[in-house]
Amino acid sequence: MPETMPNVLMSGNEAIARGAYEAGVKVASAYPGTPSTEILETLVNYPAVDASWAPNEKVALEVGIGASFAGVRALVTMKHVGVNVAADPLFTLSYIGVRGGLVLACADDPEMHSSQNEQDSRNYAKFAKVPMFEPADSEEARAYTRLAFELSEQFDTPVMLRSNTRISHGKSVVRPQQPVSGLPTPGILRDPAKMVMLPANARNRHPLVEERTTALEAWACEQPFNRIEAGSGEIGVITAGIAYQYARQLMPEAHILKLGMVYPLPKQLIRDFAGRCKTVYVIEELDPFIEEQVKAMGIQVIGKERIPTCGELTPGRLEQALRGSRTEAAFTHDETLPGRPPNMCAGCSHRGVFFTLKRLGAFVTGDIGCYTLGFLPPLSAMDTCVCMGAGISNATGMIKALPPQERNQVVGVMGDSTFLHTGINSLIDMAYNGGLGTVVLLDNRVTAMTGRQENPGSGYTLAGVESPPIDLQALCRVLGVKHVEVIDPYDLAQTEQILRREMERDELSVVIARRPCMLDRRLGPQPTPALAVIDDLCGGCKVCLKIGCPALSWQQDGTPTKAHIDSQLCSGCGLCRQLCPHDAIGVHHER
Amino acid sequence: MKDKVRNILLAGVGGQGTLLASELLAEALLLAGYDVKKSEIHGMSQRGGSVTSHVRYGSKVLSPLIHEGQADILFGFELLETYRYLPMLRLGGTVLVNTQRILPAPVAVGAADYPQGLEEKLRSACPDTDFIDGLSLAHQSGLSRTVNIVLLGALSAALDMPTALWRDVITEKVPQQFLQENLLAFQLGRDGRASSKETVFQGG
Repeated sequence: MPETMPNVLMSGNEAIARGAYEAGVKVASAYPGTPSTEILETLVNYPAVDASWAPNEKVALEVGIGASFAGVRALVTMKHVGVNVAADPLFTLSYIGVRGGLVLACADDPEMHSSQNEQDSRNYAKFAKVPMFEPADSEEARAYTRLAFELSEQFDTPVMLRSNTRISHGKSVVRPQQPVSGLPTPGILRDPAKMVMLPANARNRHPLVEERTTALEAWACEQPFNRIEAGSGEIGVITAGIAYQYARQLMPEAHILKLGMVYPLPKQLIRDFAGRCKTVYVIEELDPFIEEQVKAMGIQVIGKERIPTCGELTPGRLEQALRGSRTEAAFTHDETLPGRPPNMCAGCSHRGVFFTLKRLGAFVTGDIGCYTLGFLPPLSAMDTCVCMGAGISNATGMIKALPPQERNQVVGVMGDSTFLHTGINSLIDMAYNGGLGTVVLLDNRVTAMTGRQENPGSGYTLAGVESPPIDLQALCRVLGVKHVEVIDPYDLAQTEQILRREMERDELSVVIARRPCMLDRRLGPQPTPALAVIDDLCGGCKVCLKIGCPALSWQQDGTPTKAHIDSQLCSGCGLCRQLCPHDAIGVHHER
Repeated sequence: MKDKVRNILLAGVGGQGTLLASELLAEALLLAGYDVKKSEIHGMSQRGGSVTSHVRYGSKVLSPLIHEGQADILFGFELLETYRYLPMLRLGGTVLVNTQRILPAPVAVGAADYPQGLEEKLRSACPDTDFIDGLSLAHQSGLSRTVNIVLLGALSAALDMPTALWRDVITEKVPQQFLQENLLAFQLGRDGRASSKETVFQGG
């Protein structure tokens, strides 16, 4: 008799980690990405799991595939856009199948709370011809993850598990189970016809993939995760994932076909269900993924002509879509309230670099990270942002196209983790093809945006084990970059002098702005005294406000008006002090 | 009385500790025997941006998100953010708000004004509005970063759950070296809300 464990509150990400642990996962690899990051951060704390950060999602999946080849169960996690990076191995893995079960958990971000697009990962399942589960709460996240490993081995296929921001970062009640036991022992096993995907072998594998999908489709009709909740009316709803919760809440009378597996669809089950309802709705977030397949079966449904395709589905938006109006709010505002955009932290090492680039009139091809906030006013110093690694290669392309007098303005900017993710390839291209650009690497020794994860430059692994930190200077030099400069972004004069010189230079140069992240646990700066405005000296010129530091504010209620520094927030980085033309900023003595 | 789903919306500013407060709240509700869901956004919005956390509890919770206009309690950590999310409150709902003002970036640089008279606006929109000076009570606890726990203590006075249960949750989830300050902060908030009921209409 397995002992019963108490119910616990878990986020979807914690529950996916729990499910993987219960399934006996031995190897896990990922690149951090909101909202998926906490899966590996949780899993690393379970016993006998080797969980690590890879430099990018493609590497993570390939590590997982290797572990599967050796005969253990492997979990790979990423955010939706990470699947784009991992797509190359994913599509061929579909032909190969698995030895040890392999699950790819990806977390979508409808509404783009922290992403550059809101692509719907379910399309990847269909495109790569792999089954995909979609949980509707944390308990399903645990149970489906565990089941996904069994399915992976049973059908010889990688399995995807799609979460989203609401599932991954929402908490709900989970019923943990005991982990499985008696999994096979790993060891070398040669199986070239299955593991070597050269054309002759791959041609033999493709028909097996098609047969597998057909078999899965029939099997899925009999499984309890695809369930019908009988209602009392004539309306039927086909739904999955978080959309199920909203549909169930708003349509208590409806018959609901709740899909736990969104690819392949259980076609016979859908036919039977639709046949029993007068009107069928398909309620899904983002793309008409289920809807198009159901319509292709010749079944009439109401879908995206009512349900929004863009943005997150919320109870309010679904109500609007279904009823044509929303419940009227008891309270409304009649004024415009000032927004509260996110900002770089007080003392952030990126601030001085963006302030200087703006001053020098640079056209900044930017990238993904905390530093993307350099786009926002008052810094307003980022001109492009596409995807991880593009900051350097976009600069390369622009410089190729621009007239000579404009080339020197282009500066490619990215962080250390992004550089090691895919930016390094872009720099190889720039160096190899005679690019003349200026590249700035914001080296804060950590993957900051997603919550300060370790990376190959930080000197530690996910498990907290020391590892040799990559020497970015030496790395740039061996790629063929002649001019590599290291600057202290807290020193505005030096930052401006070197950036100006390197932008004017008609050769490739890399400027490494090195300062640990303000929030870093180990490398964060030694406490420096907070600064304060000396009221008698403040000339009210507002120059200090141009750096957009959250510790600095304009005191509108005083007479005359002055700048003010919040001593609780101030890190003492000194940027504002260097800018003040009146020497009106000094050390705050009360701390 | 556990068959109706109750909704609490936390609204504040990234860095104020709303995530820990909603975490402790959800754990306490689970311990009290409810089904609980909570939902919030990590990432960009944590960098000093506007932050909300939805907590729903009852015998069976479906959506993790509170439907607009259906929050029973608007639990505000900052005045402007509380006022911003007032449309989430249901008619007859309760507002519990920290009197702290944190300037958003456009206000800090002088490009916009912090709205005036928010206390009066909240009070006139919702008669059942309680104000609590979280920051000064946190200072009394000996650890100024306990504003979130002070506010949680104040909220706890509105929920029918024993003090011991809250203390158990705090003891389990808060770093041991700051446990005493946090327990004190919780109690100060819990007691403070009771007294604020009497003084709120005098000055605000």
